[in-house]
Amino acid sequence: MVNTEVTLSGVKLSNPVIPASGTFGYGYEFSELYDINILGALSFKGTTKEPRFGNPTPRIAEAEGGLLNAVGLQNPGIDKVISEELPRLRKVFRKPIVANISGFSVDEYAYCCERIDKEEQVEIIEVNISCPNVHNGGMSFGTTTEGASEVARAVKSVTKKPVYMKLSPNVTDIAAIAEACVNAGADGISLINTLMGMRLDLRRRKPIIANVTGGLSGPCVFPVALRMVWQVYERVKVPIMGLGGVSSAEDVIEMMLAGATAVQVGAANLKDPYASMNIINRLPQVMEKLGIDNLSEIIGGAH
Amino acid sequence: MKKGIFTVVSNREIAKNTYEMVLSGDTSAITAPGQFVNIELQGFYLRRPISVCDVERSSLTIIYKVVGKGTEYMSRLSAGAELDLLSGLGNGYSLGESGERPLLIGGGAGVPPMYELCKVLLKEGKKPVVIMGFNTEDEIFYRERFEALGAETVVATADGSVGVKGFVTDGMDTVGEYSYVYVCGPEPMLKAVYDKSVTSGQFSFEERMGCGFGACMGCTCKTKYGSKRICKDGPVLFKEEIIW
Ligand SMILES: Cc1cc2nc3c(=O)[nH]c(=O)nc-3n(C[C@H](O)[C@H](O)[C@H](O)COP(=O)(O)OP(=O)(O)OC[C@H]3O[C@@H](n4cnc5c(N)ncnc54)[C@H](O)[C@@H]3O)c2cc1C
Ligand SMILES: Cc1cc2nc3c(=O)[nH]c(=O)nc-3n(C[C@H](O)[C@H](O)[C@H](O)COP(=O)(O)O)c2cc1C
Ligand code: FES
Repeated sequence: MVNTEVTLSGVKLSNPVIPASGTFGYGYEFSELYDINILGALSFKGTTKEPRFGNPTPRIAEAEGGLLNAVGLQNPGIDKVISEELPRLRKVFRKPIVANISGFSVDEYAYCCERIDKEEQVEIIEVNISCPNVHNGGMSFGTTTEGASEVARAVKSVTKKPVYMKLSPNVTDIAAIAEACVNAGADGISLINTLMGMRLDLRRRKPIIANVTGGLSGPCVFPVALRMVWQVYERVKVPIMGLGGVSSAEDVIEMMLAGATAVQVGAANLKDPYASMNIINRLPQVMEKLGIDNLSEIIGGAH
Repeated sequence: MKKGIFTVVSNREIAKNTYEMVLSGDTSAITAPGQFVNIELQGFYLRRPISVCDVERSSLTIIYKVVGKGTEYMSRLSAGAELDLLSGLGNGYSLGESGERPLLIGGGAGVPPMYELCKVLLKEGKKPVVIMGFNTEDEIFYRERFEALGAETVVATADGSVGVKGFVTDGMDTVGEYSYVYVCGPEPMLKAVYDKSVTSGQFSFEERMGCGFGACMGCTCKTKYGSKRICKDGPVLFKEEIIW
């Protein structure tokens, strides 16, 4: 029997596989298909202080080996997430929850994190400073070392729970941003969010996505994500949640060898609602084939 | 929703750029007319959403127009090919409100879901009137199929080559009194029928989809009752809740 357990800042996960924020809703759609308690943890849809409708549609465009999205942080707001979504999720899910939080000001980030801190099942707070689809917020904090560390410091001051800063790949030096977050007190780093891109409608000669630009994700970004996990691992000593294009058990192992302690699965859940389940089910088999007994021993093993 | 492998039984061009594909597989997740399937195509990342046109216990029929690379790929599939489908997606049409003589109004690629709806309404003893709109004669499909079901059928063509000259709304002028409208087609057509219809009704919308089953928030629209996901809370919306 191989051992798939990993530990993220003291939080034990039965396996490293975590559905990524925004690609798994609050889990209900998937819990109708399989027992989502097989997941290592679950990261829910990015939550802001106020409810948000998000961007106008079309919000989705296809790409070779992936998709672009400009959902724009549609969510019911922190009050409803706490009063409605989390109680409903609790009925079908007993594993650790990763709370994904977004904001438009440092205060808003801190406010939401303080609120979510009181939720027992939330064991990790993932702070999204990397959403490319909202203006005056999201990614603007994630593209400078000052912005990133300001948010990290504010959030750390209101919670004792592990804080993971979710980084944008749309930067020149990802390791510098990660380092700034860690210096400001972050317990871990999540990366990557989507890469900014766009597509045109040839008939209309206009952008397909109403927001003009969107975030690219899916298998086409895997090599970029892997490279960034590698660079961040070389720079900081905190645990990393690696994501971006992960679609198979082999991808999970590759991410871990590059330096990830846990691995998130995003777009793959949208293409195949059983993707996370299949990855988890195949993981022991692939470990055996590769001669891995203990998954946590391979973290950063390629360095 | 169910995920399953379906086998192509037949795939043939039934009108200009328009194909009818019969697939065999487990259709048990399909519970209402107006629902759709989301089809995985080799070499494409996103699945293609297509309405269910007709459904039996172990087979279903879809009709699709070739508009881009994905539907072009579909048109080249032959019998025996296997496709991965998510089936039973969306809310579908609700039948309770139809009254005795509902209008079933479909435009172009919006005609297919009207077929299953028509069958079910006829089975319930209703007298549906089908109004189908096309641009030109060579685009027309399924007219005889609807007539064979025993439904009163009106065809409107934009160029006047067959039936009523004009749009489905011109077809509406020819049918007398009606109890309800069920509508599917391009958005300008939905809006025109919405404005013209004197009864309540249900309208089926399209949106670009990331998942098709409610997980990504890629397809959200505003309604009078709040945000709705076209793929999960729709594609069918009641006339009373629509915001244009
Ligand atoms: C609920 C629903 C039911 C539908 N039912 C039918 C049907 O019965 N028959 C039929 O012919 N067509 C139907 N459509 C439209 C059909 O989904 C598109 O024509 C098809 O996805 C185009 O794919 P493509 O690769 O050929 O085009 P491309 O333009 O190359 O596709 C690129 C991307 O855009 C998406 N896309 C393009 N056009 C549309 C559209 N109109 N709606 C949603 N996504 C789109 C594609 O799915 C793909 O992800 C339906 C759409 C929806 C949302
Ligand atoms: C439809 C969609 C919605 C997303 N919403 C969020 C979000 O609300 N918060 C967030 O931190 N990341 C969000 N993301 C980014 C993903 O969590 C992930 O970082 C990214 O998609 C890369 O992983 P992938 O290639 O496996 O999809 C979203 C991605 C997609 C495709
Ligand atoms: S397409 Fe994903 S929620 Fe509708």
